Amino acid sequence: MKHRTLLLGAGSAIAVAAAALVGCAGTSETTQSSPAEITAATQATIKASFTAKGQAGLDRLDQDEIQKICSSPTPPAPDIAARLAAEQAKTVKYPADGRWLGDWKSGEKLAQDGKGKTWADPVDKPGGGNCYNCHQITKTEISFGTIGPSLYHYGKLRGVSDPAAPEAKPILEYTWGKLWNAKATNVCSNMPRFGHEALLDEGQLRDLMALLLDPKSPVNAD
Amino acid sequence: MRMPLRPRLLPIALLALAALSGPATQAQTDKNVSDAIAQYRAMLADGNPSELFEAKGEELWKTPRGPKNATLERCDLGKGPGVVKGAFVELPRYFQDTGRVQDLESRLLTCMATLQGFDAAQIAATPFGSGEQKTMESLVAWVSSESNGMKLNVPQDHPAERRMYAIGQQLFYYRGGPYDFACATCHGEPGKRIRLQDLPALNGNPGDGVGFAAWPAYRVSSGELWGMQRRLNDCFRQQRFPYPGYASDATIALATYMGVNSKGSVSIAPAIKR
Repeated sequence: MKHRTLLLGAGSAIAVAAAALVGCAGTSETTQSSPAEITAATQATIKASFTAKGQAGLDRLDQDEIQKICSSPTPPAPDIAARLAAEQAKTVKYPADGRWLGDWKSGEKLAQDGKGKTWADPVDKPGGGNCYNCHQITKTEISFGTIGPSLYHYGKLRGVSDPAAPEAKPILEYTWGKLWNAKATNVCSNMPRFGHEALLDEGQLRDLMALLLDPKSPVNAD
Repeated sequence: MRMPLRPRLLPIALLALAALSGPATQAQTDKNVSDAIAQYRAMLADGNPSELFEAKGEELWKTPRGPKNATLERCDLGKGPGVVKGAFVELPRYFQDTGRVQDLESRLLTCMATLQGFDAAQIAATPFGSGEQKTMESLVAWVSSESNGMKLNVPQDHPAERRMYAIGQQLFYYRGGPYDFACATCHGEPGKRIRLQDLPALNGNPGDGVGFAAWPAYRVSSGELWGMQRRLNDCFRQQRFPYPGYASDATIALATYMGVNSKGSVSIAPAIKR
C-alpha cells in the first residue's frame, strides 16, 4: 500500500523521513528558522500530510493568486488588493439572456443545502449553496450562521420593488457579481466564488438571486 | 451514572422553546438560542458517557496486548515512562527518541509500536472507529481525563516545538480548495457561528474548556469518542481539503498552534458535545 500516512507513524525510519522532509527535528539548538524556511517547511509538511480522497484531489492544495495573498493574518496592501479585485471582476459572467431571477423557492432549498465538494460527496451530485451556514436570510429560519452579514430584507433595504425596472439593474449586477465571485468586491472575502469555481450553475444562481431580490420571497415579504 | 433521557430530541424541543418565546429582537432571539443550547449541554454533562471510554482506556493501558504481549505502562508521554497524570496538558511536545514533535495520538502510536509491537502505519491507515482506532478512542479518553481540570501548558522550549508552532500558524491561515477556506475562515474571529454552532477563535486563547481545551470529547450525535485527530480530520473534510494523514505533521503542527495559543486555559477533556 502506497499511503503517505506511512511517513507519519512511529519508528526511527519514519522519523528520519519526516525530519528530512521538513528539514527539522532536533538538529541545532541555537539557530532560528527564517520566515522563508518556515514557508518551505509548511509546504513540505502539506505535501507529506495529505492524500487524495474521493473528489478531493491534491490539486486542491495548489493556491491561486487570491488564495496565496489571503493566507495571512494581515490583509494585502490596498494597491495590491485593488489590482487583484479588478482582475477577479473581469471573470464575472453575467446571464447572457438578461434573465436575472429564477424561483425563490428553489433558491431557499439551495440556501439550506450545505452539502457538496467534500471527499465524501459523490462527484456528480450538485452541491448546495451553504448560505445559511454563514448568513441570516429569512425570518423563519433561526438556525443561521454569523460569519457573513444578515441578508434578511436584502432587496427591500436596497429599494428593489420591481426587479425588472431599469433602476434595479445596478443592484442585480452587484448581487450577481457577489455570488459569482465575491473576491471581485472584497479580495479576501470569506465567501466562496460560486460561479468562478463552478460550484453553482447559472440556473442555481438565478434561484438564489430570486430568494434575495424577488419582492414575493420571504426574505423581502416577511 | 445517570444517562440523559433521549438526548437527540432535546435540542429540537429547546430550540422550539427559544423560537416561541414571543416577539423578540434579533439579539434576544440569539441569546435565547444560546441559552437553550447551554442548558442542553449542562443536562448532557450530568451523565457524560465518556466515563465508559475512560474506564476502558485505563484497562487497555494495563492489559498485555499486541505481538509483544506487553502493556503500555512504560509508555513515556513526556513526563517519564508511565507518568500519565498531567501529561496531556503538555502535549504536543518534542520527544528525543523519535526526533519528532508529537501529539497524544501520534505518541500513543509510538508506544503501541515500540512496546507492544503493533504496526503504527497500519493503525494510522485504519478508519476511525474501527480496529485499533477504537482502542485509541478509549486511550485518549483516559489519558486526557488524567489531566482534567489542569491548565494547558504546551511547551515551546525546544526549537522543533517553536518551528512546529510557526508551521501550524501558516497552516491555520492557508487557504485552498474549491471554497477558498482556511481554518481561519471559521475560527479567525471571536463570536461567530456556523448555523447554531459556536466557533471558537483559535488564533487566540478562547478560554477555559473551549476549543483545544474541550477535546477529546464524547459526541452525543454519533455516540463516539473523538480525539483531536478526528476533530481536525472532520474540519478538513468541511474545508473541502484532501484527506489529512492520521498523526501527520500538519495535524500536529495545528495542535501545537492551538495548544500554545490556549496556554493557561483549563482542560475539560473528555468533554461532551452535541
